[in-house]
Amino acid sequence: MSVTTPDSLPNERPVKLKLGRDDLMMRGFILVIALYLIITLAFPLYAMLSKAFSTFQFDLSQIEFQVSDESGKFDGTILSAAALNEQLNAIPEDEMATSSDGRLSLTPLFPDFSFRSPVLYKIRGTTEDVVYLIGSDRVSGTDWREVDSNTFRRIVLRPVQSFGLSNFTTYFSTPSLFRSIENSLFISIVSTIVTVSLAFAFAYALSRSCMRLKGVFRLIAMAPILVPSLLPGIALVYLFGIQGMLKEGMMGESIYGPYGIVLGSIFFTFPHAFIIITTALAISDARLYEAAVSLRASPWKTFWTVTIPGARYGLISAAFVVFNLVITDFGLPKVIGGQYNMLAVDIYKQVIGQQNFEMGAVVSVVLLMPAFIAFAVDRQVQKKQVALLSARSVVFEPNPDRKFDRICFTYCSLVAIFIVGILGVCQFAALIKFWPYDLSLSLKNYNFDVMDGGGWEAYGNSIKLGLLTAFFGTIVVFIGAYMVDKTRSFRAGRGLFQFLAMLPMAIPGMVLGLAYIFFFNDPNNPLNAIYGTMAILVIVTITHFYTVSHLTAVTALKQMDGEFESVASSLKQPFYKLFTRVTVPVCMPAILDIAIYLFVNAMTTVSAVVFLYSTDTALASIAVLNMDDAGDVAPAAAMGMMIFYTNAAARIIHLAVSKGILKRTQAWRLR
Amino acid sequence: MPTEATRELDADEAQPQGEAYLRIDSLWKAFGEFIALRDISLSISEGEFVCFLGPSGCGKTTLLRAIAGLDIQSRGSIEQAGKDISNLPPAERDFGIVFQSYALFPNLTIEKNISFGLENAGLSKAAISARVTELLELVGLPDQGKKYPAQLSGGQQQRIALARAIAMSPGLLLLDEPLSALDAKVRVHLRHEVKELQRKLGITTIMVTHDQEEALSMADRIVVMNHGVIEQIGTPTDIYREPATLFVADFIGEMNKLMAIAGGPGMVTIGQKDFNSGGGDFPPGSEVIAAVRPEDIIPHGPGARSDGAPDDITEPGNAFETTIKEMEFLGSFWRARLVSAALGDAELIADFSINAVRRMQLSVNMDIVIEIPSNRLKVFTRPAGE
Repeated sequence: MSVTTPDSLPNERPVKLKLGRDDLMMRGFILVIALYLIITLAFPLYAMLSKAFSTFQFDLSQIEFQVSDESGKFDGTILSAAALNEQLNAIPEDEMATSSDGRLSLTPLFPDFSFRSPVLYKIRGTTEDVVYLIGSDRVSGTDWREVDSNTFRRIVLRPVQSFGLSNFTTYFSTPSLFRSIENSLFISIVSTIVTVSLAFAFAYALSRSCMRLKGVFRLIAMAPILVPSLLPGIALVYLFGIQGMLKEGMMGESIYGPYGIVLGSIFFTFPHAFIIITTALAISDARLYEAAVSLRASPWKTFWTVTIPGARYGLISAAFVVFNLVITDFGLPKVIGGQYNMLAVDIYKQVIGQQNFEMGAVVSVVLLMPAFIAFAVDRQVQKKQVALLSARSVVFEPNPDRKFDRICFTYCSLVAIFIVGILGVCQFAALIKFWPYDLSLSLKNYNFDVMDGGGWEAYGNSIKLGLLTAFFGTIVVFIGAYMVDKTRSFRAGRGLFQFLAMLPMAIPGMVLGLAYIFFFNDPNNPLNAIYGTMAILVIVTITHFYTVSHLTAVTALKQMDGEFESVASSLKQPFYKLFTRVTVPVCMPAILDIAIYLFVNAMTTVSAVVFLYSTDTALASIAVLNMDDAGDVAPAAAMGMMIFYTNAAARIIHLAVSKGILKRTQAWRLR
Repeated sequence: MPTEATRELDADEAQPQGEAYLRIDSLWKAFGEFIALRDISLSISEGEFVCFLGPSGCGKTTLLRAIAGLDIQSRGSIEQAGKDISNLPPAERDFGIVFQSYALFPNLTIEKNISFGLENAGLSKAAISARVTELLELVGLPDQGKKYPAQLSGGQQQRIALARAIAMSPGLLLLDEPLSALDAKVRVHLRHEVKELQRKLGITTIMVTHDQEEALSMADRIVVMNHGVIEQIGTPTDIYREPATLFVADFIGEMNKLMAIAGGPGMVTIGQKDFNSGGGDFPPGSEVIAAVRPEDIIPHGPGARSDGAPDDITEPGNAFETTIKEMEFLGSFWRARLVSAALGDAELIADFSINAVRRMQLSVNMDIVIEIPSNRLKVFTRPAGE
């Protein structure tokens, strides 16, 4: 045995683990799923970013001409296209900027040009890599080409791509676009403050009072998750629009604009804030309240010194989640925003309305910023929240207090009426023949096949999308989470995977959808074939909702004993036997949660898929949008409610299946 | 750091008799900048029960996981049954393992848990079933096979984990703090059972523990570790009676540690008094620590005189007069706090048998003569900063 132990590792070759079959397979899985995320997330985002920073411009200095006389003789004078334009100013500067598909005819440089004239032209590029088109033939190089007048008119110049911030300069110097940033921030902040306050009071009433009907209130608070975000917009139009039932309530203000967006945002973000704050309140420690009582602190003081600090991480987290949802939402401001521009709608308008993809990409980058910041803050806060959880906490049990309980009940009833009211108005609108003139009931609004938007087929497509997303998404997400959690060493690969798995949460749906256009619609992309199919919709939906599913899976996996894999390998059993026999059955509740989460979101999502659906793959949520756009508001409401009922049914089935499976496979949970 | 002399003493003990079954050579493990194991070398012979003992963070679990291949070492080699297994993944090594958490598969019955490894080992259904029954009987739970783990008590679960680990008759059994999640009574009971089982099966076993009692009562040999190095390897009695380092002396059992100055060979000065000591060859005048266990201090009652050397004092040079400052009754013995002008500020803790206390009628504030046998007085280098 050595007498003195050296202080640092001996200078020999490090021992390298011989990779077993399991290690290789697990690493393979990680790489495959990481590759999936790279292709469906990183590459499209990169394509979008490069689009945002690239500009296309015609460069006349690339081209030189010789022009003959009427008899076809050239005198040898070489004319530069740039110099000609300077003289004539035939093509103004702002027409030089274009998109990747822009083409510039050269005839304006010759005021005397006539395609019948016998004049001949010679044309060449000034450098080898100059490309121009004669008809549809691609020509390049510095060799002179002689063409007659009729052919010359078919010569067009292609734009030159350059990288820089000029798109952003244009963006920020266009007040109408720039204004949207202000609008988006304003709406998001106001909605956040109101929603978080309302949701906090609601969660507080549910957890701290002894009022009746708590279960019903909880159920109602969750209902908005089951509908697309644009549905409250439709209801608000019926309530407060120009022919609204309660239009006097607006006192002359228009619902189209900030009022409508904020009200609708409160509706669709309420459940998200409610869940987070309820969790935060649930973990507060009853012993602190006992201490406060024994110190004779007033309820008011207890509220500010115990309740609020205990729930602060939940409140911050809820605020950022709501902010993120509102600022990235597209459906609601599209329906009820009127002339009030928001960032997410701008992307849509630039891309679908003006076919200006570069500017769409620029707005996307702008929209990424607040979303990214909100995401980063939320992640930090979530980590701290976990640290607050103490195993020794005592669960708070409220005591009956008639007055307080009655106040809570009244408040919760008001919120519940708001939520149920919005849904009720939609259902009512869907069943009325012709608001406000013919109030008789009819099912004609359900005759989707005669409307724009895709008809009943769109509804079928949505269910198909929901099922496919839930099926494949759950498999990909759960296997990915398992591998990243259980693979030994391989730190670089796992780190990359973790990053890729967290990224989708920071990417607004509109941005993702646009990025998919840039990446998958590129004819040079071998994956181009999936563009316009159901496959791309499934892929974009899985990717869009990857993070929350991944976190659900990781949380479930972390609750399992970390030594199962060690035991299995000591017993010489492959990891997949452990995975199928133990991991999957034990995690079945979480797996079902992921499936229903993906299904519901696939049914309601609008933002990511709005750029990607084709006539064969129209979706119910898109149909709501398009029917509303076309003025068929009642059918839009009808379709929106179909989504609601479908999701509600899915949840009930989920509940039944979960219970059934729990009973059958989780008998071991019972002592 | 241990001295050369004490280290050489153990060198022979570190090598077991006969052919080594498991041989660890110059093993290092680093986690980034942090070095968790430094130059660990160790041999374990077949059928031996070895405990890795040390405080948390000493590297004992890291060493166990390196042997299992669960966290591979950075440098060095491991050989099992004559085969180099240094870089093999766990599935290609030959061991069974039991964790503190039991790691029983919660959704499988006890039978299925035990047969998990047997299923694709080429055995018939009947053979598997027979083996499971045999194992359940071996761990004393013959009729629990149909239950789920959550329906068993902690101690029962631990026995099932053990049965599962030995189901495939591995050459090496690794136990990672297997008893520390259990109640004190169950723990003591299971100690005995695990040891019995190990003896019956003759399986080479390594157990990691931070509980010295567990290690002393179960192990054939103990490997005491601290800060990623092996402090001492030896039988339980060796480790207790002849601690090689101050750390071992301090970590295992109670120990009085007294500031001292080394005298000539076998001499040490504590306060103003010179003592004969067992071993410890330090240059005269160097700062050392003298250590003696409370139960090794012999009381001689008030009648005895340190200078007059009554008959029952065997080493008059190591006897001196003290005052009992405090006495505490601890059930099977009395613990006394002693002060003595001769020792300066130092206080001594001494454990006196109930018998001795009654016989000499010892009580607080009484002056008595005590004797520290020279072979029980250990001397160690004084660590910097003390």
